[in-house]
Amino acid sequence: MDLLNLAIKSVFIENILLSTFLGMCSFLAISRRIEAATGLGMAVIFVQTITVPANWLIKHFFLEPGALAWTGVPALAALDLSFLSFICFIAVIASLVQLVEMVMDRFFPALYQTLGIFLPLITVNCAILGGSLFMMERNYAFSQSVVFGASSGGGWALAITAMAAIRKKLRYSNIPPGLKGLGITMILTGLMAMAFMCFSGISL
Amino acid sequence: MAENLKKILVDPLSESNPITIQILGICSALAVTVKMETALVMAMALTVVTAGSNLVISLLRKSIPGRIRMVVEVAVIATLVIVADQFIRAYLFDISRQLSVFVGLIITNCIVMGRAEAFAIQNPPLPSLLDGLGNGLGYSLILLIVAFFRELLGSGSLFGWRLLPGGYPGNGMALLAPGAFFALGLIIWVQRTLTKKFDTE
Repeated sequence: MDLLNLAIKSVFIENILLSTFLGMCSFLAISRRIEAATGLGMAVIFVQTITVPANWLIKHFFLEPGALAWTGVPALAALDLSFLSFICFIAVIASLVQLVEMVMDRFFPALYQTLGIFLPLITVNCAILGGSLFMMERNYAFSQSVVFGASSGGGWALAITAMAAIRKKLRYSNIPPGLKGLGITMILTGLMAMAFMCFSGISL
Repeated sequence: MAENLKKILVDPLSESNPITIQILGICSALAVTVKMETALVMAMALTVVTAGSNLVISLLRKSIPGRIRMVVEVAVIATLVIVADQFIRAYLFDISRQLSVFVGLIITNCIVMGRAEAFAIQNPPLPSLLDGLGNGLGYSLILLIVAFFRELLGSGSLFGWRLLPGGYPGNGMALLAPGAFFALGLIIWVQRTLTKKFDTE
């Protein structure tokens, strides 16, 4: 039940894009076309579900204070390597994305055709690194990290798909030249964030 | 030459501003602007990291193999970010709590990566350093403007000092996420109208 609550919370109430602003760059760049937006959204869900738990394992078995106790060496057990978390997480993300790309290319060519081009973009998407850093800051357990990864990715995908649909309509409207493109997209995102804030009334 | 260097430093402040014109590094620009104090610390951290990474990558540019340059760039940036993060934690602990994950997210901030890839990898150290500094300052400028309006309208104060009369109730929306989007959207509007750099969508 807690896990379901966490899922609803990370998709709607604390949407990773609309309330913590993560992944804005690719959100603004890719939301021009709806097919591309859905593709990237799917890729984010996929990668986020893999990387957050993977980074949880790295954190739990290597980086936390006392995490190296399983080695049985007292000198290692006393280490606190948590200052290395940024560089470890980004390395894990970059190599996992590369791995996923290779596996997909070999075994699921159809899926690779649709998601493949977006995968390299994802390494530098801050929603992915942000998801792992939030996982660390909020001290999630392993099962929570899986759910959080999948649902925060889902929230991001929802936001970018909705924005792509709005921008499709926007092409036919008369916008002041200075607001065109980025400006009006920011303001629309603001309105969308306001709409999503209605969900904060849900008590879980 | 001196003229050229000045242009590299000054251009990103307005003409090619990383946030409003190049659309880079928006995430953190919105998240840390609830208060001037956090915005200032974040702006300084990013400026130092961008300038530093540009300098280091430019010094290494001849020895980095083309195929793995992204990995090298990320490693350099991540190292600098760890240093900046540890420094902020050591000397400004309260602010580091408020900045939460956003200092770490400088690693994936597209400004740092973008400048390394677009400029530092093919230019000598001095122009690269100035380019990093200029882009960092351009980012800082927008960050401080957004934070100025959000803190003033949201809680009636600046740097924690109360400016508006006690009767001002504070506009909660400016402190929440939508306020950040609106503030940045309006700044982009003003700036694009002034510089006449319009999107052709």
